[in-house]
Amino acid sequence: MGAATPAGFLLPLALMAPLTGMLIAFALGGRYAHRVALATVPVGLALAIAIVIHLARSGEALEYLLGGWAPPLGVRLRADGLAAAMMLATAVIIGATALFAGPEFGARPDAPERRAPFAFWQLLLAVWGALNTVLLAHDLFTLFVALELLTFAGVPLVCLDGRGETLQAALRYLIFALAGSALYLVGVPLLYGTYGTLDISLLAMRIHVDHATVTATALMTAGLLAKTALFPLHLWLPPAHAGAPAPASTVLSALVIKGSFFVLVRLWFDVGLGSAAGAQLLAALGAGAIFFGNVVALRQARLKLLVAYSTVAQIGYLFLMFPLALSAGSTAADGAMALAGGLMQVISHAAAKAAMFMSAGLVYAALGHDRIAELAGVGRLMPMSIVAFALGGISLVGLPPSGGFLAKWLLLSVSAATGQWWWAAVMIVGGLLTACYAVLVVMRAMTAPAAPLVPKAEVPRASEAVALALAVCSVLLGFVAFLPIDLTAIGRPHSVVLGAQ
Amino acid sequence: MSSATLLGLCSAVLVGLGLYGLVANPEPLRKILAFNLFGSGVFLIFGVVARRGAGAGLGGDPVLQALTITGLVVAFAATALAVALLLRLFEATGTATLASGTRPDADASNT
Repeated sequence: MGAATPAGFLLPLALMAPLTGMLIAFALGGRYAHRVALATVPVGLALAIAIVIHLARSGEALEYLLGGWAPPLGVRLRADGLAAAMMLATAVIIGATALFAGPEFGARPDAPERRAPFAFWQLLLAVWGALNTVLLAHDLFTLFVALELLTFAGVPLVCLDGRGETLQAALRYLIFALAGSALYLVGVPLLYGTYGTLDISLLAMRIHVDHATVTATALMTAGLLAKTALFPLHLWLPPAHAGAPAPASTVLSALVIKGSFFVLVRLWFDVGLGSAAGAQLLAALGAGAIFFGNVVALRQARLKLLVAYSTVAQIGYLFLMFPLALSAGSTAADGAMALAGGLMQVISHAAAKAAMFMSAGLVYAALGHDRIAELAGVGRLMPMSIVAFALGGISLVGLPPSGGFLAKWLLLSVSAATGQWWWAAVMIVGGLLTACYAVLVVMRAMTAPAAPLVPKAEVPRASEAVALALAVCSVLLGFVAFLPIDLTAIGRPHSVVLGAQ
Repeated sequence: MSSATLLGLCSAVLVGLGLYGLVANPEPLRKILAFNLFGSGVFLIFGVVARRGAGAGLGGDPVLQALTITGLVVAFAATALAVALLLRLFEATGTATLASGTRPDADASNT
């Protein structure tokens, strides 16, 4: 009845699967939470794959009308190429995290039930459900609710261990996120009052430049930047991501910050709120993030903080696609290429950063510390983790054939085509700085220790293998360029630039 | 001045005060209260826009009223989460402040 496209029923299923798993885990209690999460992963992954296959076969976006009500009164779910690719990446990373977290948070039959694992598995599924909602929602208010769900699932992940410092980090994160969502919410009634709808496709048809629209765009963008932790609103990120347990930092750094970024892309590209001048400003902040994040990462004494600051820098790259796609000289083809590059950067960073946080967490668990100066000998003790870290670094630097290489290649090509050489320079310098800290850590880990290194805890080889597999994925991602179809172009509207009208 | 304009200006004042409190005040509890003030301002904007869009014998646009109710629930949940975190922070450290006396990154190694 309600399906606008024949396979549209897949969309609410993809949204419900993780949330149903979460409720079942809650009902069954801590002893079963791990098993429920592991059982949910294949279901969610299969749904994401089914959606991608449908899109690839039909070449059109999937749509579903909730309750059969058409917009503007009803709410519609829609999966275009961007959403489908992100859903697949999300499912893979969540699945990998669930496997990785087994030894740390898995149920032990003889041990008493603990609170942290119970919370972890539910929050992991909650993050997944919230992210799928962010990706599939097609109206601005549902996006707001989805972002809030994502925040509420992400914040407690920071303070799972209940230490004072992590509680402080979580509270700071929550306050930044709340300020961001309140700013976003101011924009919603302004747009509704002007256009009489919040549906993205309907808005895109009616959008024009006036005071209310410009104000709403500025407020919503500022709010989303706070949630995405773009420099200079990144202050909450390093303590939150570095203080969280390894599986939690993996999800937070690889996926959660991408949710609000995705909403920003929807606003700027799909609704058509973007402007050429605003895009230059966003990319300037992105360039600031790249320099600041990389330089501060280089100066860190602890591995997890280094990886967290590297996230601050990598977020900057995401914003370079805005001026490349939206400048006055950009053609539709340039725009599509920049968007594909941005999406590739999101996905390859997700895989690479997940692998790096996993290996940093394993190193921390094995040594009881993660001071970079005292890493000598780790390369021999846990070779798989260090190789995973190095491969993740290769993808972040952008060496071929990694996903990071493909992303930067696309973005560099567009910056050459549109004559914006300064953004190309930012990318190249940023890559060099990234290479410095990646090489620094790997070199330290490879040197011979003064005394033989004795691990404080047994190294879980299965978890190491998961980190390595994700790192290999991120390095091989560049090969998607050879796929016969361009998934990102499916179901995209012709983007309209506000300022250029 | 119509009532819609007056209430619109009120909501602007509330949003301004809330945002100022959220940014300028170092105490987390006051930040949470400022967020609620901010939220009230935002919901007032919803009300004003709903009133402006009134038609067909209704006192206000029902879509915006529905959105306001959902928004209130979300803001309530957010406040509850923030207060719960604050209470835990107070239990764990004996202070309820975000000022980093101990840098949050200073050490996890001696725990």
